[in-house]
Amino acid sequence: MDIQQCRGRILIGKPGLDGHDRGAKIIARSLRDDGFEVIYTGIRRTPEEIALTAIQEDVDVVGLSVLSGAHNELFPEVLKALHQAKGGDIPVIGGGIIPEEDIQHLKELGMYEIFTSGTPVQTILNTFREATEKYRQRKHKII
Amino acid sequence: MNDIDEIVKGIYLKEPRAIGRAISIIEDGDQRAGALLKQINAKNIQESTILGITGPIGTGKSTIINQLIAHYRKQGNRVGIVAIDPSSPVSGGAFLGDRIRMMRHAMDKDVVVRSMATRGKQGGLCAAAAAAVRIMICSGCDPVIIETVGVGQAEIDVVRLADITILVLAPGVGDEIQMMKAGIIEIADIVVVNKAECPGADSLFMELENVLHQRNCTVCRVIAREAYGIEKLAVFIGVIDKERRKSGQFTNKRKQTRETEIIDYAIEMMRDELRRRLKEYPGNYTGDPRTIARKLIDDICIAELDTSKRNCPEVFL
Ligand SMILES: Nc1nc2c(ncn2[C@@H]2O[C@H](COP(=O)(O)OP(=O)(O)O)[C@@H](O)[C@H]2O)c(=O)[nH]1
Ligand SMILES: [Mg+2]
Repeated sequence: MDIQQCRGRILIGKPGLDGHDRGAKIIARSLRDDGFEVIYTGIRRTPEEIALTAIQEDVDVVGLSVLSGAHNELFPEVLKALHQAKGGDIPVIGGGIIPEEDIQHLKELGMYEIFTSGTPVQTILNTFREATEKYRQRKHKII
Repeated sequence: MNDIDEIVKGIYLKEPRAIGRAISIIEDGDQRAGALLKQINAKNIQESTILGITGPIGTGKSTIINQLIAHYRKQGNRVGIVAIDPSSPVSGGAFLGDRIRMMRHAMDKDVVVRSMATRGKQGGLCAAAAAAVRIMICSGCDPVIIETVGVGQAEIDVVRLADITILVLAPGVGDEIQMMKAGIIEIADIVVVNKAECPGADSLFMELENVLHQRNCTVCRVIAREAYGIEKLAVFIGVIDKERRKSGQFTNKRKQTRETEIIDYAIEMMRDELRRRLKEYPGNYTGDPRTIARKLIDDICIAELDTSKRNCPEVFL
């Protein structure tokens, strides 16, 4: 067998208190089927736990799923925790039931992209691919 | 976090980012891998113990590791975990799910967890896993625990890296006969019957005792979910570790593992060269593959002889 290069390593995190991870699992499975190595944190994780896990696993992208409506608090908290853990350069993609007016704001705060429940899976996969490629170019650059 | 010196320094300083990045560099076969590996020669490598935990999917390996982490942390040890799951042969992707069971240690900086996919490579996986283990030891981890799904040769190879191998079975999960056929039971030092509260656990336990009593292999009952039997398991591990260090078996096994590791690296390095040469091969290499393989090797050896002749003519001429 040949040595395969993996497309990228992704952490799927579920911060906050909502216990619905069907969506997170569907995305995780789609990413795996697209050639990604996917690590899942399980439900009800704190932003700090997600950040430290992302660093330890040296992932290329963090994907967050929040269905409780607390995305305006939780997404920025994960960004901050990542920053504090010296992983502020890792792109973070968010998903959930998110009103249009919140999206722009969250992106301004540093989220790479935000998806809502209506987004086609292929669009999501393409964004993960793009974010991974960009990050990997930086990550593997020899200074 | 890209300069190798900085990463190496970070490993010794237990910086999570440096440790994570270092493992990726090795795993991805980055061109800096060699330079990195050269610099991480842990003096404490002999002092640290490597545990291999294997068995069918769903028997409770990750849950047991979660409890073992708690045990070793209570003793003040820093613990490393390399959790390996198979890559999908179709997409090349993988779902690395072991970590979910260990999240209660997520905030503990002295618990270093790395999930790895097999990426369809065999010797290569072994090399990457071995490097990950070494990096963790360098950062002060003792023990380092490797989790694999014990089904194929690749997994057996990985488990060989371990000083002590623990096979985890559970009633009604996986096929025990398959385990025995696969030879994994033969390399196990301890066999755990997990989910001991479930029906069928007692008969599985007795069956195993029957099979294993002529061999020096301990069987123990565990209910990982409730941490039942974990202390005892840790005691068994400690006893075996101490005995083997005293008898010299520990050092011998390490030496063997090292040899395997070196050969793995050599084969991986050779693979590219062989491929290159095969492409240049006259004709379209029909005929007996073994004969052609032999010729490929012979050609390399002759080329090698030629260069050495050039280097020291007085010996060869
Ligand atoms: N009944 C019972 N279930 C357990 C026990 N230990 C683990 N499990 C469950 O077995 C399933 C698989 O556990 P996991 O640790 O992921 O298994 P692995 O695939 O071998 O790593 C999970 O649902 C665990 O909660 C136990 O002692 N008793
Ligand atoms: Mg597991």
